Amino acid sequence: MWQVVYDELKDKGIDFISVALDAGGAAAVRPRIECPDLAERPDAIRELMGWSEAAWGKMKAPEYQCLIDAEHVVADLFHMYNVPQAVWIDEQGNMVRPPEVAGFGDAFRSADTETFVLDEEDRDKLSRNRRRYVDALGDWVENGADSYAVMSPEQVLEHLELPSEDDVTAAAHARLGALCLERSDHAGAERHFRAATALAPGKWNYRRQSMVVSEELIGELNVAPEFWETLQAVGDGYYYKPIALPDME
Amino acid sequence: MTVTVLYEAVQHSAADAVEDGERLWLSPADVVGATGWALKPEGLCREQLCVPLPRDGSWRDASGRVDLTAFAAAQGRAVVRDEGHHAWAFAETSSARREALRSGRAPDFELPDLDGNRHRLSDHLGRKVFLFTYGSY
Repeated sequence: MWQVVYDELKDKGIDFISVALDAGGAAAVRPRIECPDLAERPDAIRELMGWSEAAWGKMKAPEYQCLIDAEHVVADLFHMYNVPQAVWIDEQGNMVRPPEVAGFGDAFRSADTETFVLDEEDRDKLSRNRRRYVDALGDWVENGADSYAVMSPEQVLEHLELPSEDDVTAAAHARLGALCLERSDHAGAERHFRAATALAPGKWNYRRQSMVVSEELIGELNVAPEFWETLQAVGDGYYYKPIALPDME
Repeated sequence: MTVTVLYEAVQHSAADAVEDGERLWLSPADVVGATGWALKPEGLCREQLCVPLPRDGSWRDASGRVDLTAFAAAQGRAVVRDEGHHAWAFAETSSARREALRSGRAPDFELPDLDGNRHRLSDHLGRKVFLFTYGSY
């Protein structure tokens, strides 16, 4: 979907890089990247993700760099805690927005577990937040350091979350998990991603990965009861923390 | 025995390794290959830095192998392993990760695309980058 946004911004000095945190590697994500099949993406999913109908209709395969991160290395380096998350990096290589949810939010949690249909209020909220985030990205591309969406180095520091010793140990388990999967050891992969989850319970990328490393599920969207149960268990806490931009709901 | 060592961004296959309980012994050549630290008279050295080996000789075995787990422990790195695959993963220290993030610079990395071609984040210096993650799950 980001291709639609990229189309509008690519001639203005910005590169998009997508990173698939996916232990299944290229095999698991190739269909997602190469065949954005509208027929397989019902309207409920579009609404769940907060994209407009106009944007959805223009969906096509990405022209930007699509990288494969089987070991979840980027999540380790940037201390990301879920997908989708994004970082904005300026021409000098400095972060002007730290890792945060890429224009998405917790309003999706009211979705029906089978149809993915949301109540109207949440649907509109997701859509407004998505628009505000994409608008902010466009403003940064236009106005650079003067953009309202850019954080000062002090603000970036303030919003950055930093890893603990358990987090970096969890990252070592994730690397072993990817290694197991490369060697077709699905049980070993699950063991390591579950060990990573136990050490870093707030890292949903490990938790979610641990549920889909079996031969049947690799590369599939996880709709198992276990996923919904763990999501439910978040309770009043956040699954996706709110984005620190003006007017975000 | 051949052991797989994951250390920083490198995955190294060490052919002449010895797994000894919680300890992993590698030949000096494999220590360099896996970690970039070279065995010299001053100790284990990388760039300008040298870490002397303990005087009691406890980091070397009779064949001259080095106890990589002892070296990693001295650096404060956690180690996790997969016994079935003879694979050892050495974690980064949390202090190194924290310091890198606190600098405000985006940590660099190198990853493959769908065709296996490798790309670095730093290839994009001089342009803005919108870096975003997702998962099939």
